Amino acid sequence: MADVLFNVFALLTVIAAAGVVLNRNAVNASMCLLLSLVGVAGLFVALDAYLLAFLLLLVYAGAIVALFLFIVMLLDAKGDVPAPIHKIPLLARIMAFALVTVGLISFFTRGRIVSPDLATTPALGSSLKLYAYQLFTIYLLPVQILGFLLLIAMLGVIVLSKKFEGMDDIK
Amino acid sequence: MIAPTLNAYLAISVLLFAIGLIGVLVRRNVLVIFMCLELMLVASTVALVAFSRFNGTMDGNVFVFFILTVAAAEVAVGLAIIVALFRKRQTTAVNELNTLKN
Repeated sequence: MADVLFNVFALLTVIAAAGVVLNRNAVNASMCLLLSLVGVAGLFVALDAYLLAFLLLLVYAGAIVALFLFIVMLLDAKGDVPAPIHKIPLLARIMAFALVTVGLISFFTRGRIVSPDLATTPALGSSLKLYAYQLFTIYLLPVQILGFLLLIAMLGVIVLSKKFEGMDDIK
Repeated sequence: MIAPTLNAYLAISVLLFAIGLIGVLVRRNVLVIFMCLELMLVASTVALVAFSRFNGTMDGNVFVFFILTVAAAEVAVGLAIIVALFRKRQTTAVNELNTLKN
């Protein structure tokens, strides 16, 4: 059962991600992004990280994609045409091809990590208590810095999007 | 049917990251490029959570928690910059936003 779910969500994630790149329409692309994020949340659940799956849906799918959609509608962004292949320099084409070849060869011949047994490994990510403990002991300073980061980001967004009176000469 | 091993999760992470990178390189719309950037960020979180689960540690999960927060702030600021840019130049196509070139 877990295998089937893993395969379904993995397929959903990758196909929807391809949809983000391939869709001409920006609205469709953001909808594909939403679908891809749902797939990633499913993978998180398969990895026993329930809180992170929930947060991913809440923050990414709920807030970020909604913000993207809002801006796409606001700016009325037109679809675009991808760069035609004959415009890409020959050197870049050769290098990209070589990189993909080397990557595929190394993926199939080596780089196999021995997967630890999941049954014996404790699923620490499923425990809500552990997150709280870690965030308020070991990672207390990063949490505080993150709070300042959010405050600074908020101020920055206000400064960026507000039109100030009598500042035309500076701009 | 692929078994959910660490390799499989890492393969998905790499695929997602590669798709996002291709999108950043190929697409011309600033908004879509930004979406592909988000895709790359999410791809890295998949690898972190997978390593954390298979090694029985907590640090990867906490790191993903931080990444989610920073991503939220980043998107807010990035979209504000894009809107400010659109107000000035009336376009979201990157090949027309070339003032800094030359």
